[in-house]
Amino acid sequence: MEFREYRLDNGLEIVAECNPLAQSASFAFFVKTGARDETTELSGVSHFLEHMVFKGTPSRSAADVNRELDEMGSDANAYTSEESTVYYSTVLPEYQGPTVELLSDIMRPSLRDDDFATEKKVIIEEIYKYEDQPPFGAHEKCMAAYFGQHPLARNILGSVESVNALTPESMRSYFECRYSPGNIVLAAAGRVDFAELVKTVEQSCGHWERCETPRVTPATSGQSSFQVLHKENATQEYAVQIAAGPAANDADRIAARVMATIVGDDSGSRMFWDLIETGCAEYAGMGTYEFQGTGIFMTYLCCGPEQLQTNLERLVSLQRDVEQDGVTEDELARAKSKICSHIVLGSERPSNRMFSVGSNWIQRGQYYTVKDIVEQYRAITRQDVAAILERYPLTVNTTLAVGPLTDVSAPV
Amino acid sequence: MPIGLHERYSHELRGGLNLPNTIYQHQYDNGLTLLAEPMDWLESAAFTMMVSAGCRYDPLELPGLANFSCEMIQRGAGSRSSRQFVEDLELLGVDHSASVSNAHASYGGAMLADNLVESLRIFADLFLCPLLPAEQLEEGRLVCLQELWSVDDDLAQQVMNNIRLCLYPDPLGRSIHGSEASLRTISSEDIGEFFRSTYVPAGATLSVAGRFEWSQLRDVVGELFAGWERRDLPSIVESDEPARSCHTNHDSSQTHIVVAYPSVPYSDPDFFQARGAVGVLSDGMSSRLFTEVREKRGLCYTVFARTHSLRDRGAVVSYAGTSTERAQETMDVLVAELLRLADGIEQSELDRLKARIKSGLIMQQESCRARSAAIAVDWYHLDRVQTLDELGRIIDELSCESINKYLAEHPPGNFATATLGQQELEVPIGIS
Repeated sequence: MEFREYRLDNGLEIVAECNPLAQSASFAFFVKTGARDETTELSGVSHFLEHMVFKGTPSRSAADVNRELDEMGSDANAYTSEESTVYYSTVLPEYQGPTVELLSDIMRPSLRDDDFATEKKVIIEEIYKYEDQPPFGAHEKCMAAYFGQHPLARNILGSVESVNALTPESMRSYFECRYSPGNIVLAAAGRVDFAELVKTVEQSCGHWERCETPRVTPATSGQSSFQVLHKENATQEYAVQIAAGPAANDADRIAARVMATIVGDDSGSRMFWDLIETGCAEYAGMGTYEFQGTGIFMTYLCCGPEQLQTNLERLVSLQRDVEQDGVTEDELARAKSKICSHIVLGSERPSNRMFSVGSNWIQRGQYYTVKDIVEQYRAITRQDVAAILERYPLTVNTTLAVGPLTDVSAPV
Repeated sequence: MPIGLHERYSHELRGGLNLPNTIYQHQYDNGLTLLAEPMDWLESAAFTMMVSAGCRYDPLELPGLANFSCEMIQRGAGSRSSRQFVEDLELLGVDHSASVSNAHASYGGAMLADNLVESLRIFADLFLCPLLPAEQLEEGRLVCLQELWSVDDDLAQQVMNNIRLCLYPDPLGRSIHGSEASLRTISSEDIGEFFRSTYVPAGATLSVAGRFEWSQLRDVVGELFAGWERRDLPSIVESDEPARSCHTNHDSSQTHIVVAYPSVPYSDPDFFQARGAVGVLSDGMSSRLFTEVREKRGLCYTVFARTHSLRDRGAVVSYAGTSTERAQETMDVLVAELLRLADGIEQSELDRLKARIKSGLIMQQESCRARSAAIAVDWYHLDRVQTLDELGRIIDELSCESINKYLAEHPPGNFATATLGQQELEVPIGIS
């Protein structure tokens, strides 16, 4: 296992964890752009562009791109988040060259007008699909309520209206500003031939021209509020709650994740025993989301409408307990064991390692081995967890409920 | 102590691919089968215990009993309370889960290899001496009710549940959640009785994949489950053939469309011919459905087809979700693509499919969890396990001629449909 890095003259970075014993190799372009880099007029453009990237280049049609990816037997896809757009492909090692060449080529897409018109329909269907799915937009609406005027308030998909209003020209100029080589990292893991990788990328991407890609990362002053949105044809009630948490480059994010596991993991956490195991809720859980310059704890609750009020009260009481008394040594030991085992098991797939290496690089400019990561978690103490709860109280939060209810009181 | 069959499959290594070709198996006196696939290159191991305790065994008047029983079985066993059970597994770093399907209840865990035996010790109690605590019955009931209510909001799952009702006679088409009326009446005695009659070693499979020492594993499992009493499984009676179509009115943004047709089961010698044809329809971004329904016409975001198999019969199930005003066109294009399959597939389509499947087989070696589940499924359908190496050979042997011959003999037809949305759709000509 060896970590390698390389930087092209135009600023594009390559990072790789090379494991000669792996069965596969995984590659991804991480573009540091997402919903937070959009304006109101451009809402949804990052995600729409992610789809358009697969629609062909001057030398390939959309059908060529799809066909070639399948011919290599690749497991390829892409996703868009608040702050990055990621294009990935996992293949058998012998396909390294053609896969990287193809991924590089599509990163300079043609963005043709007729493809744009057809794909817009697909994007709108994707928006409708999520409209029909629990938690019926509660996640995005709670983000908007919590972040207020901050760029992280933006919805990744945009709305039917904003997507309809997008034009090929506006997408092209967004692309020109954001897909600069200095704003892109190619991450790789598994059985990677690094020298060959650098050669392919130099050849395919070396001529890309660089431009400035500014991003504003203002501090947040998270809003505290309580809202209920009525959705008549829902059966269950869904609530999302956001509280402040550490940012992607804060050292205390590790302790925050341990605390979130103890309080809100799917199984064996305080929320599990109080809310799920008792049948009070179908689901209750909490996780961390880290961004540049800020972070959040997000709690998600799903239950019968008549149980929501008491469940919100249960949540407050659970949050107060942990803020006042902290966590026990036993809880801490179990959480660490669970997290570390999960990390080691996950690391057996090169694709998981690739996402870990890529995310750590774009968020922190750091490489961590699996052992480094496990040690970071093992080192967390009860005092670290207590410090997190003092700095980021869970009881100060924005809550938003969606479902058949029209009237819910903020718990006291 | 365990006695009985101990067999080791072995094949010549295939040129180039070098896929694993070893499966251990052992059947104990009480009927329990242990299957194990060594993956010595991993640091981890995973197991799946599959018992014939799915919802097809629910008494007619108590739908939901299998799922409720699975919930209660996890609430403590042997000397461990519900909480101790979960906490002890967490200390061992076991990522565990349980689920119920129409045929089975499955309990699984993945962990660092050193903790495999200790984890199995904890799990064995679930099958031998669950506490089924009466004082937690109401909590368990609420858990099941919550799951049932949540399906009301999951439209894609609802329409998939409905297509099974259209394809298979009861109880084979049932879904696991039951009804509110039934869940409200199930008693501790019902659960105890269900456990005694269905959680039996006959037909139960414990599959393990990852890093382990076979003789130790075989002996430990034999010792742990020695007290699991041999009993026969209850039989089931099938109802008449069901209605072939259903529509659910719902004020949703999208219409959810499922079209299905009968196909051969996994155990049929022709299964991989059928699977190859469905692969051309739906595997990958150059597949026919993705190209025709999404890429060319922009009709939907999600569209796919896949095979579904019971032990003695199977189906191909296709799905598309789209907005109300484009639902009819989507249904028409989807059905046209299913019918076009009968005209055959092309060599280039098969070549791409083979590349995808082979790469998938190789990447299965990276996950003991995927393998432990896959070998249990193989055993259920085939009474044997296909190694990755054997699967590689089967895929190699597929040809356009063999698939097209199969398609000519088994053209898609006799469709069943399930839709959910604001308007009922017209079923295209040729569908009955």
